[in-house]
Amino acid sequence: MVEFSEIEKRILRETIDFYEIPEGAYNFRINGKSVAKKSTANIDVMLKPNGKGLEIRVRPGTKNESVHIPVVISASGMREVVENDFYIGKGAEVLIIAGCGIYNCGGESSRHDGIHRLYVEKGAHVKYIEKHFGFGERLSKKDINPTTEVFAEPDSLVEMELEQLKGVSSTIRITSAELKDNAKLIIKERLFTHGRQTAESKIKAVLIGKDSTVDISSRAVAQDYSVQNFSSNIIGEGECRGHSECDAIIMDHARVTALPSLTANSLDAELIHEAAIGKIAGEQITKLMSLGLTRAEAESKIINGFLK
Amino acid sequence: MLVLRDISYKVGNKTILNNISLEVSNADFLIITGPNGSGKSTLAKIIMGIIKPTTGRILYNGKDITNLDVTERAKLGVSYAFQQPVNIKGLRARDLIEAAVGAPIGDTSAGKYLKAVGLNPVEYLDRELDNSLSGGEKKRIEIASVLARNAELTVFDEPEAGIDLWSFSDLLKVLKKQQAKGKTQIVISHQERIINAGNKLIVLKNGAIDG
Repeated sequence: MVEFSEIEKRILRETIDFYEIPEGAYNFRINGKSVAKKSTANIDVMLKPNGKGLEIRVRPGTKNESVHIPVVISASGMREVVENDFYIGKGAEVLIIAGCGIYNCGGESSRHDGIHRLYVEKGAHVKYIEKHFGFGERLSKKDINPTTEVFAEPDSLVEMELEQLKGVSSTIRITSAELKDNAKLIIKERLFTHGRQTAESKIKAVLIGKDSTVDISSRAVAQDYSVQNFSSNIIGEGECRGHSECDAIIMDHARVTALPSLTANSLDAELIHEAAIGKIAGEQITKLMSLGLTRAEAESKIINGFLK
Repeated sequence: MLVLRDISYKVGNKTILNNISLEVSNADFLIITGPNGSGKSTLAKIIMGIIKPTTGRILYNGKDITNLDVTERAKLGVSYAFQQPVNIKGLRARDLIEAAVGAPIGDTSAGKYLKAVGLNPVEYLDRELDNSLSGGEKKRIEIASVLARNAELTVFDEPEAGIDLWSFSDLLKVLKKQQAKGKTQIVISHQERIINAGNKLIVLKNGAIDG
């Protein structure tokens, strides 16, 4: 069995809540190499011939199974592009846990570009959890750029929890989806930036099918001198429903831009967007201080609650 | 327990409070009433440390707390129920109660504070403190959070304001129960039934104690 270093263990704990090798299918990618891989009777995890990603096939009708595919970069200056393709069979129910963490204490930039394509067959249900994290020397760059493409066939359900924790120097996150009849997509994105980090998140959902729905909830906290740009575009091609809600807490000298857009190409498209950017209100701090929290504890409680 | 000595509060040339002196003893149920704009809420905020008085001293259990901030006063046992509870997006009722208790607590313990204000814990423990709650629901969660503090002295700023379907008599029961436990309460109110429940009464008028 593979032995992880303390640094690798820390990244795995932060990104996939790792304490022991998980049940179900998995692939652990450490510094560009697959160090532990397992398929199950219902989930095939295959390395692509070029070594730059995985092909994961979930058999139709699979129930309550999971696949963990964490990525760890702990070698300074490591840069990689990884393409993982997921084929989720008809009526399957699967949990995908994809985390990426970078430790960098060297002088060179480390970077992971992860491209995930999810082909979700009719009636399948996918829960996709992705957490990103970086640590090490503050000035050593730790960049993570995820691109996630979802192709949702009729009656499928895709739930995505996308979270960037501390320590990622810069990120460009691109999430796109096409939804057919009665397919449903729920995206919950949580972004935290500090120092001089930058984050850009672009989400696009095209509601092609009748009664397809998308619900996007993005919450962001920008501290210090960090900069965030969020844009979303929901395109309704027919009778469909789309909702996006984008909230940001801005602190210190940070800057946040939110650019929501809705495109209705049909009279029957019901699309809604809500957006708000603001600082932590003084009254919120005062309320928590009146319960015995210090100002710093109150601020931290508000941020943690907001990003939950 | 609490002594205010010559408390004045001025904003520019305007005097909001003028030489207020009062004493509150252990287990007192002090009512502060008076017309709108008489300075009642300002006085409540001064006791909690949310506003600093321009002049005057505040003593709590013999200790001068005039220069202590809100947190320090809370830690000494002073609690405060806001007239208009604030939204804190992402924070749930259970988070607020847990913060008030100061330690992780289970559903049953957290739920009893919601039950005390007439809210079903199953329905409300995980509700976020945002606009999905009505004004009355927010107010009751606010009072629940103050009960969870188990503080020696609690200042209620117009607890009756906006409690909607929950009745005055339910609110009164909560206040009287606190009184029976020997807790000291200062209640800002316009409501006759609450005013009648107190054992001491102060009427503020134009920033001064009337009579």
